[in-house]
Amino acid sequence: MSFIVAQAITGLASAASLFLIAVGLSIVFGVTRVVNFAHGSLYMLGAYIAFTLVGIMGDSFAGYLLAIVLASLAVGLVGALIETILLRRIYQAPELFQLLATFGVVLIVQDLTRTIWGPDDLFAPRMPGLDGAIEVWGHAIPSYDFFLIGVAFGVLGGLWLLFRKTRFGVLIRAATEDRQMVAALGIDQRWLFTATFVLGATLAGLGGALQIPLQAAILSMDLSIIVDAFVVVVIGGMGSIAGAFVAAVLVSELLAFGLVILPQITLVLIFLVMAVTLVLKPSGLFGKPEFITAEDVRSPDPPLRPSDRVARAAWLAFLVASLIAPVLVSDFATVVLTEIAILALFAASLHFLIWGGGLITFGHAAYFGLGAYGAGLAVFHLSAGMGPALLLAPLAGALGALIFGWFCVRLSGIYMAMLTLAFAQIAWSAAFQWIEFTGGDNGILGVWPSAWASEPVVFYYLALAVCAAMIWALRHVLFSPFGYTLRATRDSALRSAAIGVDVTRHRWLAFTLAGAAAGVSGGFFAFAKGSVFPDVLYVSTSVDGLVMVLLGGLQSLAGPILGAMAFTGIQTELNRLTDLWQLLMGLLIVVLVVLLPRGLAGLSALVIRRGAS
Amino acid sequence: MPRMNVRTRLTVLLGTVLAILSFGVAHAQQDPIKIGEINSYTGPLAAFTVPYRNGWELAVEEINAKGGVLGRPLEVIARDDGGKPANAIKFAEELTRRENVDLLAGTFLSNIGLAVADFASRNKTLFIASEPLSDAVVWSKGNDYTFRLRPSTYMQAAMLAEEAAKLPAKRWATVAPNYEYGQSAVKAFKEVLQARRPDVEFVEEQWPALFKIDAGATVQALARAEPDAIFNVTFSIDLAKFVREGQLRGLFADREVASLLTGEPEYLDPLKDEAPEGWIVTGYPWQSVNTPEHRAFRAAYETRFNDYPRAGSIVGYNTILTIAAMLEKAGSTDTDAMVAAMKDLELDTPFGRITYRALDHQSTMGAFVGRTAKVDGAGVMVDFRYANGADYLPDDETVKKLRPGR
Repeated sequence: MSFIVAQAITGLASAASLFLIAVGLSIVFGVTRVVNFAHGSLYMLGAYIAFTLVGIMGDSFAGYLLAIVLASLAVGLVGALIETILLRRIYQAPELFQLLATFGVVLIVQDLTRTIWGPDDLFAPRMPGLDGAIEVWGHAIPSYDFFLIGVAFGVLGGLWLLFRKTRFGVLIRAATEDRQMVAALGIDQRWLFTATFVLGATLAGLGGALQIPLQAAILSMDLSIIVDAFVVVVIGGMGSIAGAFVAAVLVSELLAFGLVILPQITLVLIFLVMAVTLVLKPSGLFGKPEFITAEDVRSPDPPLRPSDRVARAAWLAFLVASLIAPVLVSDFATVVLTEIAILALFAASLHFLIWGGGLITFGHAAYFGLGAYGAGLAVFHLSAGMGPALLLAPLAGALGALIFGWFCVRLSGIYMAMLTLAFAQIAWSAAFQWIEFTGGDNGILGVWPSAWASEPVVFYYLALAVCAAMIWALRHVLFSPFGYTLRATRDSALRSAAIGVDVTRHRWLAFTLAGAAAGVSGGFFAFAKGSVFPDVLYVSTSVDGLVMVLLGGLQSLAGPILGAMAFTGIQTELNRLTDLWQLLMGLLIVVLVVLLPRGLAGLSALVIRRGAS
Repeated sequence: MPRMNVRTRLTVLLGTVLAILSFGVAHAQQDPIKIGEINSYTGPLAAFTVPYRNGWELAVEEINAKGGVLGRPLEVIARDDGGKPANAIKFAEELTRRENVDLLAGTFLSNIGLAVADFASRNKTLFIASEPLSDAVVWSKGNDYTFRLRPSTYMQAAMLAEEAAKLPAKRWATVAPNYEYGQSAVKAFKEVLQARRPDVEFVEEQWPALFKIDAGATVQALARAEPDAIFNVTFSIDLAKFVREGQLRGLFADREVASLLTGEPEYLDPLKDEAPEGWIVTGYPWQSVNTPEHRAFRAAYETRFNDYPRAGSIVGYNTILTIAAMLEKAGSTDTDAMVAAMKDLELDTPFGRITYRALDHQSTMGAFVGRTAKVDGAGVMVDFRYANGADYLPDDETVKKLRPGR
């Protein structure tokens, strides 16, 4: 009994940490509808700044506390900079572009942090006055845990007062419900958005600063927290403060007791909770079902037209160029071209879902990875040759998408995106921890092409032939009756349903088709690299896919191909030149998003048309 | 943003790209021996790989100052894999195909080491895996072209198990990150300890997710099992959280702890004055190893970088020493000659003489085993001894079984 109480208090302390980081994310999303990947970076900055300040003034309880407060305010200031310099320019852009921009900020902040503070783990001293433990029923519990729980309740109460008793809070709540109505009432949205973002950033900074008596400040804390934070926000319901609190407590307590019974469960538990929650309650515990406001009805994309003469000539020229390229360039360039061809198919399958079906996914790595693992496991367990292994890849991808998709397509918007992420992370955890079957972190080795295809040039042509055919097939599907129906469900699910279209089934099929295409791409990726590791399933692979699609441009079928070229090319070359390649990549992404919201394809279409006229 | 016309946008974009490209500066050397080096230089692993890079830079400078090897200077072409195996493979392709390097070296994470080893085998390129710990690098996935420098997971776990067997403790608990490294370490430790002490039982296992330890809850779960001693494999931030929570909650009071790698400055130093006392650890007490060869290394390193060496620095330094010794022995950069030279290669390092075993391509470089203590508010290792790697490997018959196809 005493153990249960002690464990419950410990879980509550973890919940407090989780709540502080999640609540800011929830508030920002509720008002601005920006999926802020950089929230984790703000959290990390909070920890690093607090570490420095604690070194200066942290010798007493009051000084330490002041350091924490100052750090979170400083992060609020950084948030103001990010909002006014970057986000303000792109609120009108599709929501995925905002995601891309904030991801650029993640890269920039990470390299800047490393440049400023260095690569070492920074372990701050404990908080004076709270560096001991309190005896509870025979168990020593750190006094800082109680402090943390107190702060969390304080923030919860403070936010409640702010939202109920102040005009600013009322406006935030109103904007969360209906942004357009608030604007119609003459409220200055710019000011409201900036203030909300600063509030969210300050909370992120506070969350990070409060971590330093518990854990070292390290460079990977941004991405490791952001996924958990999103999960908590989604379980609780986007935009709901009470929801974030309840979800944080739920997740942390399940974790605290789960690891006593089944220590291996820790990694997947949080995602299982999210998956179950979303299946049972699609808008989270406290979220309201999204009702459709005028601005949420997306303006239909311009209808897709078959290529005209200019475009067809451009496609043909591109195909010829990719056919003769290996003759002109070095062996290594051929290897890079192979990777581009493979990733172009991955990006095209993602683009098919996002643009063709209006289905946003953060977990497309799952199907790419399942394809790679399908091929890899066939080689590893069944000693299959390259041919059969490559045939298994799309099957694995499609099967995964068929199962995961059944749950995912029932949701919409950000909830759907998060459920896809949850499934991808569950798949990743399985690959990472189920060592007997998947080889775990050490992966599957020896997945090399058959002898006849082992020359880079031969493998390039093979990959090019299959990937180009698949990309063409995806394009063909968009022009088929199925594709027209799918695009109809994207532009208006309501009207499509009214004329008798089974929206869910069409989306499910599209999901499976994209999964199969991603699987092909993953299978080739495995053979190109000779090995499969769990990171093909990880969220960073999904993000890479999104970056390629958005870099290339969402509105054009050439987008994913150009995006894959640009992404792979830039990454390969920058890496050779400088250690700060992440920073430069981030800057490039941010500049692109602001200057070229239609992506590289939009740019090249302009150039081609100008040249033709 | 005010509307820009297409040309302005293009100009800004082009300017950005050019500015980025102009970062690169190429400089050529006279017919050097090229070593392709891949490691995780950016991101969270930089804390480990930067001292490592210093180590190999120092060795390259020293060797080139003496006229290089075979009359040619050494040139290391380094690439950052960003912690992803797929990137490492891409740069392995680039280094072998575009830069035409004579051999490959490096890698920190086990999965990247394994991926590059597999690439080396297929591509028939020599690969010196300097840092990855996984036993698979030389055993289950071992190949003809890959040799490993650092003492493996098994070797270090065996060093600790030897000390653990001397303790009266019978009830052991383990805590390890739930992935290949943690699972292998626990398995090896159990195996060696129970072989020496059949009366020992393992009463609790905790498997926190890597870099996501729920430290308070884990500590309490361990305490509940009331073990006599704990075997710890967590490292980096997980270790810091585990130590802090464990100390506050009294987990380590009256309990022995055996902890893998914790004596390496990379892991011990961030803990500062909270470094645990009295733990049995493997590591690198750089301050107190006073053999002449180590003193010379330490002095050179401190002069060159104005910083003290970490465990990674020694590994980086020894990597280049290995390559230089191997080249002298091989007399050429022909891969077959180099691979043959690697077998039973002996060389002197700051840790003394090491050998690359022909049997399984593992070097006999060892580690220091001792207890942690606090001196002037910082963790150090005391009562340590150098555990020669050769003494902590299974017998030859077992190794042959572990390394199939040899």
